[in-house]
Amino acid sequence: MGRLIKITDGPISIDEGLRQVAYHSNGGIVTFTGSTRSSTKDKKVKYLFYDAYVPMARSEMAKIADFIAETFEVRDIAMVHRIGKVPIGETSVLVATAAPHRAEAFKACRYAIDTLKNTVPIWKKEFFEDGEVWVGNTPSEKPKHA
Amino acid sequence: MSDPIRSTNNQAKPVIVQLFAKAAEITGTRQITLQLSGEETVGTLFRKIAINHPELSELKASLRFAVNHEFSDDTRRLHPGDEIALIPPVSGG
Repeated sequence: MGRLIKITDGPISIDEGLRQVAYHSNGGIVTFTGSTRSSTKDKKVKYLFYDAYVPMARSEMAKIADFIAETFEVRDIAMVHRIGKVPIGETSVLVATAAPHRAEAFKACRYAIDTLKNTVPIWKKEFFEDGEVWVGNTPSEKPKHA
Repeated sequence: MSDPIRSTNNQAKPVIVQLFAKAAEITGTRQITLQLSGEETVGTLFRKIAINHPELSELKASLRFAVNHEFSDDTRRLHPGDEIALIPPVSGG
């Protein structure tokens, strides 16, 4: 079983994530990377900053990994989130899931990134030319593992 | 051996409240240390904090709480040494 759960204040290595999940028994690896966007609602974003409650963020990410192992039988997963200042165009989050066949890997990856955005205590702040704002979406659905 | 929930001066261990993102920014603090007074819940403790930091009221409706790294509702009973967190709407990804 390969599992990587990491919060880092430096650039994310996609290779490191893939190495954790790429077993010979796995025929399919699905990789999602989220990167910082250059604009939001027509406003130009200069860069982003992420705050995190690190120990709880790690434990919430571990719960997601446990859930996909039980539900989708996908046991090989890498979840990495970057915090601190992240320049535009760089990777802020990586989720890689691997399974013998692609269908389960896709389902698990989709579940993991959607749930991460709803439950993991990490916060994004957008910096514009003329101001800054914490991005906050009210949690819309209760996670299945809660 | 000393009682683990009591410090050597015989005063109960305080609780630590962690603040993040907008909650930290508007209060100008990331950590508050408080003594529990009698039976307290997450909700009574939050009301105490909000007296000193009325600016938190704008976030109140959207805040969630965690106790010892687990999401908890405001009726959860607190114990000395607990770590409480004020969690504004998350926006990772």
